[in-house]
Amino acid sequence: MTRLTDAAPPPERGGPTTTAGRPRVTRPGRTTASVPASGKSARPYAPAPERPRRWPRPRGGWTPWLYLAPALLVLGGLLVYPVYQLGLMSVLHYTQAQVSGGEPTSFRGLANYTELFADDQFWQVLLATVGFAAACVLSTLAVGCALAVLLTRVRAVPRLALMLAALGAWATPTVTGSTVWLFLFDPDFGPVDRLLGLGDFSWTYGRYSAFLLVLLEVVWCSFPFVMVTVYAGIRAVPGEVLEAAALDGASQWRIWRSVLAPALGPILVIVTVQSVIWDFKVFTQIYVMTDGGGIAGQNLVLNVYAYQKAFASSQYSLGSAIGVVTLLILLAVTLGYLRLLRRQGEEL
Amino acid sequence: MTPRPVRGPVRRPWRLAAEATALLTAAVVAFPLYWMVLSAFRPAEEIESTRPRPWTSSPSLDSFRRVLRQHEFGRYFVNSLVVAVSVVVASALIAFLAATAVTRFRFRFRTTLLIMFLVAQMVPVEALTIPLFFLMRDFGQLNTLGALILPHIAFSLPFAIWMLRGFVKAVPESLEEAAYLDGASRARFLWQILLPLVLPGLVATSVFSFISAWNDFLFAKSFIISDTSQSTLPMALLVFYKPDEPDWGGVMAASTVMTVPVLVFFVLVQRRLVSGLGGAVKD
Repeated sequence: MTRLTDAAPPPERGGPTTTAGRPRVTRPGRTTASVPASGKSARPYAPAPERPRRWPRPRGGWTPWLYLAPALLVLGGLLVYPVYQLGLMSVLHYTQAQVSGGEPTSFRGLANYTELFADDQFWQVLLATVGFAAACVLSTLAVGCALAVLLTRVRAVPRLALMLAALGAWATPTVTGSTVWLFLFDPDFGPVDRLLGLGDFSWTYGRYSAFLLVLLEVVWCSFPFVMVTVYAGIRAVPGEVLEAAALDGASQWRIWRSVLAPALGPILVIVTVQSVIWDFKVFTQIYVMTDGGGIAGQNLVLNVYAYQKAFASSQYSLGSAIGVVTLLILLAVTLGYLRLLRRQGEEL
Repeated sequence: MTPRPVRGPVRRPWRLAAEATALLTAAVVAFPLYWMVLSAFRPAEEIESTRPRPWTSSPSLDSFRRVLRQHEFGRYFVNSLVVAVSVVVASALIAFLAATAVTRFRFRFRTTLLIMFLVAQMVPVEALTIPLFFLMRDFGQLNTLGALILPHIAFSLPFAIWMLRGFVKAVPESLEEAAYLDGASRARFLWQILLPLVLPGLVATSVFSFISAWNDFLFAKSFIISDTSQSTLPMALLVFYKPDEPDWGGVMAASTVMTVPVLVFFVLVQRRLVSGLGGAVKD
């Protein structure tokens, strides 16, 4: 049965059989179905029609599903189902009274969303979240890439020093990093204010200075991933290729543009998307460093806002609605990423 | 040792400048950690000094004593360790099986599944705290470590599968055929041949799941509400951090205790992590 479906012409795969909403995501399968993943051995045989098409993988029958069962079970129960619940809760009237069973839950339709969208604070938080995430992503990428290139230009000892320092920042737990950075910038006892001659300037008091402080911490703990990944990517470019290019008289710039940049493209996409996702979801740093969202909520981002709505004021439906908005934004980023992958002809 | 990747002669003054920059950056990046450890060993009067100096003249263990004596800190440490290790082991095994399935078999919905794993990575964990809270309550998992372990397995899985895929794919299929020809069963191939070969990838993915579990603050805060004996390190740390009047010595000592195991883990797997990421991105 498996063989039958696999051998079928690609466009028929996942066409009419899939449920609504799926066709878009299965589309990349079309490109991959004709060139099977890891099908290095399948390709040479393809033009020989007298031979039955040899699929590189055993059919396996139920075996792949057996292997997948634990993952699907865990993901279904603890990811898919909660997402469904989140959506459901966002259209219900769900507060402390319903949680304790005092009042029955009632359906509110999109009322939670209209209430949310009518709230000025929501738009302000949304704007702050996007702006803050963008600033974090750009700074992280700039620092990470610059240092990755720097790493390729130095000998072993400075490279090891920078690598170890970065791993240290990377390994630091988020809560720890947050408190340590607060301490560094403490108006009374922190060394930074002394060093910069700022007197007893309080970073967490102002809106922008508080965001800046959190941004510095976020960049500190997330640039190592970018740096190490990009560095690994540069190193993965075979030395012979570079040497050949240099021997052929290519300039440094030309080597960068024609050899390294294409090789690094997919990696840059990966680290950018990962950074967008991570920085858009920053919770702990904001929560700890600005004490739950800053003075009068001036440093709230969507996640913290949702948390405050749900758990501090028991408006679970509103919190869920904010969660759904966050989810949709990140989903849009993901779909953009998938399209990029597809355009690059990446096989899945 | 390792060949310099961006070749072409780097002229000497430039290289020296680059090396100076690298060392300076390393110092800046490491400074917060240095300050953390330094402050943990400082006597109270030095921490409260408004003219902080980058060294200490009389190291003291007072802060550590205060931290370890209070609030069953050791227990929190063990709890954190139990959570992180369970998550790492469970998600590594589950992800290994799943990654094998999606790379070494062809079956219906394979691509759909892969895309769903990718999409699943983007789901904001934080937004799911609300439904997970009720789910954990319904299953009686509130105030237990299970409430922290189970969701973290789920959240680290998609990324782990996605990352391991590259490693499993890199194992040549001729090896698999040879194994079968030699009479190995599928299970034998899976555990005795494939698993050791993708070990570097497993290490790299483990690092990510370890961090996510060890860092967890939100779930610990939301799901462990009344039984503090089930709390984990981040919450213990915040006992000493009160926004109005933080006990900086205690916070820094607790931070040190919390960070050092991860640092050790990182240094141990450092090589494999870097080569692992290299393997994952090469693809």
